[in-house]
Amino acid sequence: MSQLTSTPPGTRTSPLPGSVRAARRLPRWTTAAVFAGALAVVLLLGALTHLLLAVSVLLAAVLATVALYALSRAVEGRRAATDRLVTCAVVGAFGLAMLPLVSLVYEVVSRGIARLDSEFFSSSMVGIVGEGGGAYHAIFGTLIITGLTALISVPIGLLTAIYLVEYGTGRLKRAITFLVDVMTGIPSIVAGLFAYALFAIFFGPGVRLGIAGAVALSVLMIPVVVRSAEEVLKLVPNELREASYALGVPKWRTIVKVVLPTAVAGLGTGVTLAVARVIGETAPLLVTVGITNATNLNPFDGRMATLPVFAYYQLTQPGVPPQYAIDRAWTAALVLIAIVMALNLVARLISRFFAPTTGR
Amino acid sequence: MAKRIDISDLNIFYGNFRAVADVTVSIEPRSVTALIGPSGCGKSTFLRSINRMHEVLPGARVEGKVAMDGQDLYGPDVDPVDVRRQVGMVFQRPNPFPTMSIYDNVAAGIRLNARKMSKTDLDALVERSLQGANLWREVRDRLNRPASGLSGGQQQRLCIARAIAVEPDVLLMDEPASALDPISTLAIEDLMTELKERFTIVVVTHNMQQAARVSEQTGFFNLSAAGQPGRLIEFNSTEKIFSNPDEKATEDYISGRFG
Amino acid sequence: MTTTSAPQTRAPRAVRRLGDRLFAGSARGAGIAILLVLAGVAGFLVVDSIPALVAPPQDVPGGEGVAAYIAPLLFGTVLAAAIAVVVATPLGVAIALFLTHYAPRRLAHGLGYVVDLLAAIPSIVYGFWGIFWLAPRLVPFYEWAEEHLGFLPFFAGPASATGRTMLTAGLVLAVMILPIVSAISREVFSQVPTLHREAALALGATRWEMIRLAVLPYGRSGVIGGAMLGLGRALGETLAIALVLSVSAGTVTFNLISSTNPSTIAANIALQFPESSGIDVNTLIASGLALFVVTLAVNVIARAVVNRRADFSGAN
Repeated sequence: MSQLTSTPPGTRTSPLPGSVRAARRLPRWTTAAVFAGALAVVLLLGALTHLLLAVSVLLAAVLATVALYALSRAVEGRRAATDRLVTCAVVGAFGLAMLPLVSLVYEVVSRGIARLDSEFFSSSMVGIVGEGGGAYHAIFGTLIITGLTALISVPIGLLTAIYLVEYGTGRLKRAITFLVDVMTGIPSIVAGLFAYALFAIFFGPGVRLGIAGAVALSVLMIPVVVRSAEEVLKLVPNELREASYALGVPKWRTIVKVVLPTAVAGLGTGVTLAVARVIGETAPLLVTVGITNATNLNPFDGRMATLPVFAYYQLTQPGVPPQYAIDRAWTAALVLIAIVMALNLVARLISRFFAPTTGR
Repeated sequence: MAKRIDISDLNIFYGNFRAVADVTVSIEPRSVTALIGPSGCGKSTFLRSINRMHEVLPGARVEGKVAMDGQDLYGPDVDPVDVRRQVGMVFQRPNPFPTMSIYDNVAAGIRLNARKMSKTDLDALVERSLQGANLWREVRDRLNRPASGLSGGQQQRLCIARAIAVEPDVLLMDEPASALDPISTLAIEDLMTELKERFTIVVVTHNMQQAARVSEQTGFFNLSAAGQPGRLIEFNSTEKIFSNPDEKATEDYISGRFG
Repeated sequence: MTTTSAPQTRAPRAVRRLGDRLFAGSARGAGIAILLVLAGVAGFLVVDSIPALVAPPQDVPGGEGVAAYIAPLLFGTVLAAAIAVVVATPLGVAIALFLTHYAPRRLAHGLGYVVDLLAAIPSIVYGFWGIFWLAPRLVPFYEWAEEHLGFLPFFAGPASATGRTMLTAGLVLAVMILPIVSAISREVFSQVPTLHREAALALGATRWEMIRLAVLPYGRSGVIGGAMLGLGRALGETLAIALVLSVSAGTVTFNLISSTNPSTIAANIALQFPESSGIDVNTLIASGLALFVVTLAVNVIARAVVNRRADFSGAN
C-alpha cells in the first residue's frame, strides 16, 4: 500500500491498517525528485521556447504525474500507480483552484494601490473629469444601504429562525423552511427587479432610491440570516430551555434571556457573514439605486452612489483619458475586497472569542 | 410551604401514544417520595407531568387530575408557567446557564421573571439558597465566576440552589445523581434529607439503594410490554417495598431478577 | 398575572401569557413575511411582464416579440452555466477530496477556509479579474484551439483577440461556483462513516480504491446536489458576465472562442436596464421572470436531491 503522497517528506501520513507485507515500493523521495526533475526540464525548455511561467509549471506538473505513474506502474504495479495518479490529480486540482484566488488578490492589490490615497476617501466625483476624484460618496452610500439592509434583514431573519426552531410545527414550518431554501437561490438581479417593481408602484417608473436597494439586498440577506441563525439556535442545548421553564420562566423570556445570550457568538458570526455576502452585490443596486457623482446620504431621496456600482461605471464608462477612471475602479475593488475580508475576519474573531462556555 | 399532591386517574399521552396509564397516588408533604422502575416505564414522564414540563414536547396532553393542596394544576385557567413556579425541578444532568455567573444562576428565577427585588434582598436570597444547597462555603468567594468552572457535583447543587431560590412548594428531581461520582451523590442525598423539612420532594432514581436510603415512600412503575403504557404497580412505604412488597413484579425488580 | 379565561378544553396551550403570544406572533409573522416576499417577487415580476407579453411584437426590442428576444439570452445563460458546471464539478469534488482525505489534518481546516474565501469575493471583482487577468492569458490558447481543434464547432473561431469569449465567461463562473460545489461535497465526504472507509482499507484497498468504493458512492447525491446549487448560482450570475463577455444581440452559437456571443439574461438586464424605459423595461422584467422560473426549478430539484441524502444517509 502506498505511503507516498506528494506531501513533502516528513509529514508522514499515518500507516493504514492491514499493510504489513513489505511490497516493492518506490523510495519516499521519489515524488519530490520526479517533480523537481520535470520542473527543471520544462524550465529549460521554456527558456528556449519562451513559454509563460504558468504554462511551464502546468506542463511540469503534467509531465511529472505521467512520469511518476509510469515509474510506479513498473515498480509497484497497476493499483499503486493508479493511486499515485489520483493523488497527483487531487493535489493538482487544489493547486489549480488556488491560482484564481492568488492571481485575483495580486491583481486587485497591485492595480488598486495606485489610487489608494487620502483623496480617494475624502472626495466625491463632482466636477471630476480625468484625474483625481474619489469614492467618498460611494463608500458612505454602501455603508448606509448595507446598514439599512441589516436593519431590515436581521430582525426578520432572526425572528423567522426563532419561529422555525422554537415555535414552528407542521406545514407552516415546512413551507417556510422550503421557501427560505428557495429564496437562497434567487438571482441577485431578480431581487433588484422585484424591488424596482415594488417601488415603481409608489414612485412611478424609473424610480431610483437607496431604500429600494436596501429592500433588494434584504431579499438576498434574509435567507442567509435565517439559515445561519437556525443552525446556531439548534445548537443551544435543550437542557437550558428546560432549566428555565422549570423555574417558571415563560417561553418568550426563556428565548430572550437564555437561548439568545447562549447563541450570541454564533448569531454575531452569521450576521457578519451575511453582511459580507451582500455588501459586494452590484446587480440589484444597478437597477434600483443607480449611480450619482455627488454625495447623497439620504436613502429616501433619489440616486445614491455605492462602491460596487461606482467600480462598475468607472470601468465601463471611463471617459477620456480612460486610465484615471480605471485606476479608481481598481481601487474601489480593492476597498471592497478589504471590507469583505475584514468582515470575514471579524466573523471568525467573534466566533472564537465569544464562544459560549458550555459547562461540560 | 410544602404541599400535598393528590393524583387521580392520570393518563399521559404523546399524540396518540399513551405513555402512562391510570395513576392514582397521594404524595405526602415534607417527605421524600422515590419513583423506581425500568427504563422507559414512564416514571420520568409522570414526574414531569407534576409541573407540566412534559408539555414542552408538542402533542403532549393529560387526562385525569393532579391537585396540589386541592388546587387543580390542570384547571382550565391555570397557566403552566405558574405551576412551574410552585413546583421546581432538578434534572439528570447539571444544567447551569453557561452565560451566567454562579450568583446570576441562583438569581436566575428572580431575574428571568423580571421580579423586582432590592440588591440586599437578592444577596440574602442567593446566600440562603446556596446555604440550603450546601454550596455556600465552597463558592462564597467566587460568586461572580462562571458556573461552568464548578465540578459536576457542585453544578448539580447549584441547580438545586437555583430551584429552591424561587421558593417552590414541591421539588421534583429526575435522577439527580446519576451523572455524578459517589462522593457527590452522597452530598446530594444528604441534601435531600435536609430539604424535605421544607419541601415535598419527588425523586426518580435508577439506584435502588438510593431510594432505600433517602425516601419514606416508594412507587414502582412498570410496563407489561414495549409499546404498552407504563403503570404504577405498587406504592408503599419504602420499608415495605424493600422488605416485603405486595406485588410479585416489585419483588422481582428489587431483587434484580429483571429490568 | 396575565392569564386569560380559557375555553373549556384541556389542551395544554389553552392558557398563554400576553408576552408569549406577542413574541410567538411576531416570530410567526416574520416567517409569514418571508412567504409574502417570495410571493411578491413572483407576483411583481408577472404583473410587470404583462405589458411586454401583450404588446405588438414590433414594439418589443428586437422587433419579433418577447419570446424571440428572450430565447437567445436563455441559450447564452444555459451555455455559460453549463460550461461552469462541467468545469467546476470535477474540480470541486477533487478539492473536497483533497481537504477531507489528502491534506494533512492540521492544514485542512485552514485550506478549507481559503477555499471559502473564494465565495466571499464580490462578483464584480471576478469580472475585473476576468477581463484583465484571465481573458488575455487565454488568447494564445484560443488561437491554438482555432488552428488545431477548429473542426469542432466549439472552437470554430475566429478566435477573439481580447479573450472575452463564452469560454472565458464560463471559466469565471466556474471559479465562482467552485466554493459551493466543494463545500457541499466536502460536507458529505466528511460524513462517510468511518466503518465504511475502514472496511475498504481492511480489504487492502489503496487510498483511491477506498475513495472509489466507500466515499464516492456515499457522497454521490451530495455532489449532484452541490453541482445543481452551483448551476443555480451560475444561471443567475450577473456582473461577472456583463463585464467579461463580449456580446452581440440575438446570436445563438456553440462557438465558444469568438467575440460574437449570446448574452445571458442577467447580464443583459444589468447592461440594458439603466438606459431603458417604457416597454423595454417590461421586456427586461419578463426576461427576469424567465430566469427566476429556471433558477427556481433548478434550486428546487437541487434541494430535493440534497435533502433526500439526509433521509437516506446510508449511515445505518
